[in-house]
Amino acid sequence: MTRLSGGTTPWNARRKLVVIGNGMVGQRFVEALRARDEAGQWQVTVLAEEQRPAYDRVGLSAFFSGATPEELSLVPEGFYDHDPAITLRLGAPAVSIDRERRVVRTATEEHPYDALVLATGSYAFVPPVPGHDLPGTFVYRTIDDLVALREHCAGRQVGAVVGGGLLGLEAANALCLLGLRTHVVEFAPRLMAVQLDEAGGAMLRRHVEALDLTVHTDARTERIQPRPDGSVGSMAFADGSSIDVDVVVFAAGVRARDELARDCGLEVGERGGVVVDESCRTSDEAIYAIGECACIDGRVYGLVAPGYSMAEVVAQRLLDSPAAFTGADTSTKLKLLGVDVASFGNPSGELDVVYSDPVHGIYAKLALTDDAQTLLGGILVGDASAYATLRASVNGPLPGKLADFLGSGEIQGTLPGTAQVCSCHAVTKDDILTAIGEGCADVPTIKTCTKAGTGCGSCVPLLKTLLAEAGVEQSKAVCEHFANSRQELFDLIRVRELRTFSQIVTELGTGRGCDLCKPAIASILASLGNGHVLEGEQATLQDTNDHFLANLQRNGTYSVVPRIPGGEITPEKLIVIGEVARDFNLYTKITGGQRIDLFGARVEQLPLIWRRLVDAGFESGHAYGKALRTVKSCVGTTWCRYGVQDSVGLAIALELRYRGLRSPHKIKAAVSGCARECAEARSKDVGVIATENGWNLFVGGNGGFRPRHADLFATDIDTDTLLRYIDRFLMFYIRTADRLQRTAAWIEGMDGGLDYLRSVIVDDSLGICADLDAAMERHVATYADEWRATLEDPDKLRRFVSFVNAPGTPDPSIQFVTNRGQQIPAGAPVLVSGPTLSTRTQQEVDR
Amino acid sequence: MTAVLTQEWVTVCGYDDLLPERGVAALIGEVQVAVFRTHDGQVYAVGNHDPFSDAYVLSRGIVGSSGVTPTVASPMFKQVFDLRTGQCVTDPGVSVPTYPVSCVDGVVRVGVEDRS
Repeated sequence: MTRLSGGTTPWNARRKLVVIGNGMVGQRFVEALRARDEAGQWQVTVLAEEQRPAYDRVGLSAFFSGATPEELSLVPEGFYDHDPAITLRLGAPAVSIDRERRVVRTATEEHPYDALVLATGSYAFVPPVPGHDLPGTFVYRTIDDLVALREHCAGRQVGAVVGGGLLGLEAANALCLLGLRTHVVEFAPRLMAVQLDEAGGAMLRRHVEALDLTVHTDARTERIQPRPDGSVGSMAFADGSSIDVDVVVFAAGVRARDELARDCGLEVGERGGVVVDESCRTSDEAIYAIGECACIDGRVYGLVAPGYSMAEVVAQRLLDSPAAFTGADTSTKLKLLGVDVASFGNPSGELDVVYSDPVHGIYAKLALTDDAQTLLGGILVGDASAYATLRASVNGPLPGKLADFLGSGEIQGTLPGTAQVCSCHAVTKDDILTAIGEGCADVPTIKTCTKAGTGCGSCVPLLKTLLAEAGVEQSKAVCEHFANSRQELFDLIRVRELRTFSQIVTELGTGRGCDLCKPAIASILASLGNGHVLEGEQATLQDTNDHFLANLQRNGTYSVVPRIPGGEITPEKLIVIGEVARDFNLYTKITGGQRIDLFGARVEQLPLIWRRLVDAGFESGHAYGKALRTVKSCVGTTWCRYGVQDSVGLAIALELRYRGLRSPHKIKAAVSGCARECAEARSKDVGVIATENGWNLFVGGNGGFRPRHADLFATDIDTDTLLRYIDRFLMFYIRTADRLQRTAAWIEGMDGGLDYLRSVIVDDSLGICADLDAAMERHVATYADEWRATLEDPDKLRRFVSFVNAPGTPDPSIQFVTNRGQQIPAGAPVLVSGPTLSTRTQQEVDR
Repeated sequence: MTAVLTQEWVTVCGYDDLLPERGVAALIGEVQVAVFRTHDGQVYAVGNHDPFSDAYVLSRGIVGSSGVTPTVASPMFKQVFDLRTGQCVTDPGVSVPTYPVSCVDGVVRVGVEDRS
């Protein structure tokens, strides 16, 4: 019921809440409210100016490294579609607020409210110099701004960014990525003047200049002059100098968007921003303001973390629980142009500890109280690895000697329990320890339970340290028989050339193995090209699925899935499958991977079924194995009006290349012929999406218990490069992942994540690519169909009997009943349609 | 009125039909028995019925060890059973029946209670 109505509160008793703005803070507010408002007291309407729902403005620059607007989205899938307690109006900016009638107007509608939340954010400040609005001038604020900037930069040579702060350097990075020679023009005497001191700014400047950017400090732009065609041509400065430019980006700060509040008479701050109290309430008690449009204690925060805190405060207030905004952590850590820069706490104190190493480009300053007992804040440039620990130590004692932890980030000493480990979500060390005490035993679980580490991610190393400190052994042992991790076992088995389980358990383990280590070792041996999975001792290692080359079902029967590469099948072959299913009375169902599953086969029937299938040209689909399953595809250019590449052809090529490849867990792949993505490639371990120029490769997606979209790995690559990258990705995964770890968890658990993976696969940073390529070539060259080989070997066929003493007798415990014209296991729950949708067993239905 | 139970020895297969560390199922009357040969050459017989899934599948489980205990793991939901006692190692309240086994002259026989 809750899901359908959004809460238990009757519709007519719900209070109306209007939220103006669907930026990062507005979105966070709606999520926080809906998470708490289980009863559905509030019916929420969100008015958004942009045509896109909330996206990650902090990560906007990722757009230039290939991220799509969808990837930047902050809205959980289905968030607005499936919650009737919220309505999102895109492209519907509020134009006025009538406080007397409590109504918000858009151009076409009126929205009454009982409470109103302003989350209108800010706009980019453009200094009013002559020429500031010429064609070729931009701001850096929305996805649309970036799209326009990218279009304009095509074919241009030189760009300038006005502003040398956080946003300015982000924008400068974007111009570099767009291939422009780039100038950074800063009015203040140093870069990042708000966060850094003079020496830190100077160190940052050295880094930035080493990247061939030209930095102008103390530079006041007088005017921007046009070319004859009217677009931007040059910039003139107050000191009389000038530079020729084709593009100017203004990133000189932001201003609160408080015009709606001004127009309706709400109090605004001297330098802008809607004045609010510590509960984020404006001078009208029905109206709140949060994020960059709010002015609290005379201050407007331009960072997202304080905005998130305000969002939480108002969500709680609206549900009548006390909460107050008590100041915010304005710490920042980012990688600007490849340079780590961080500032935390209050970086100016009575006593400074300073470290400066111009050779390695590292500068650090810690500010302390004069008794040196309390850390107040600090600045890190060039190496911010100690950031998480230091920030969490603010207002406590310095956790160690500065020189000791620069570079390593390792700090001896302990943090107080109140130390905020994750500032994005305000999670303290105590919160983390409680979660660990309640059973969270790894970083992904801590992320799920506490949200720590799910914002900027900078505290993840600290989470690992806390786990280790709490004595949670991150045991990588496969089971009681092997103390090594799967990766270690893989390397040991490969290097020592061990080929049987007996050898392996004698040399590396103890006992006789179990259902954990045996299939893992079977998979390793298969990945190393050890011949047929049922050959010799290897047969004893296989789980029942691999042992019978079929999938065990609830009643002890098996299902059969022939390979249908890319989902393409001739009518003749389709007829064979139908005939086999009919002759053996198999329940038949189309799978999500574009093939056909035949259920209800007894073990002694499997060879008979496969004889027919193999004779008709089918081979094993490995649905039973931790192996490549399917490569799904849309019809692509073959048929589709919109397709831009031959997706079916590529899917078939991929499926034939990787068929039979044993791996730590199942591998699924898909190829879409255009950006419409009909093959749902981004939900696969390997997803390929066609572009006008080639292919985009995505990795690490999955459906299942915790769905995850795959990450963009490479863009616009040709087919040869694509195959090379996938070869290496799969082989590296096979060699280094844990037992039963899908690619998503494997990448998430990787130190350095996707960037590291890219460095291994694209740049060969580990020097193993030739080895990975050779291993895949070996796999491709030695692949043989397991079912064909089994049918040809009387020894292997002997195991396909229900009873060793009665080979002709079917298992009498296996009974079927008929449901919707097909046989299903007797006693299986079946859904009985009707108003109550209850489930009953088939026997009850028959009765 | 107590039934008189006697042991009947039923031949199920040759010793060489058993693969080391793998099981087979035998049908004795209406009783399904799972027979296993472990690495050290021992032969064990337990009920083939998996009490957790209600399917007759234990003979298809992976044979191994837990400490010094020879074990089989149900292929359905992976509960582990002691091959010597039939006791479930992972859920000690549950057990499966065990049967005596004899291996003479390369012939494996299982003793079942015969109601007579």
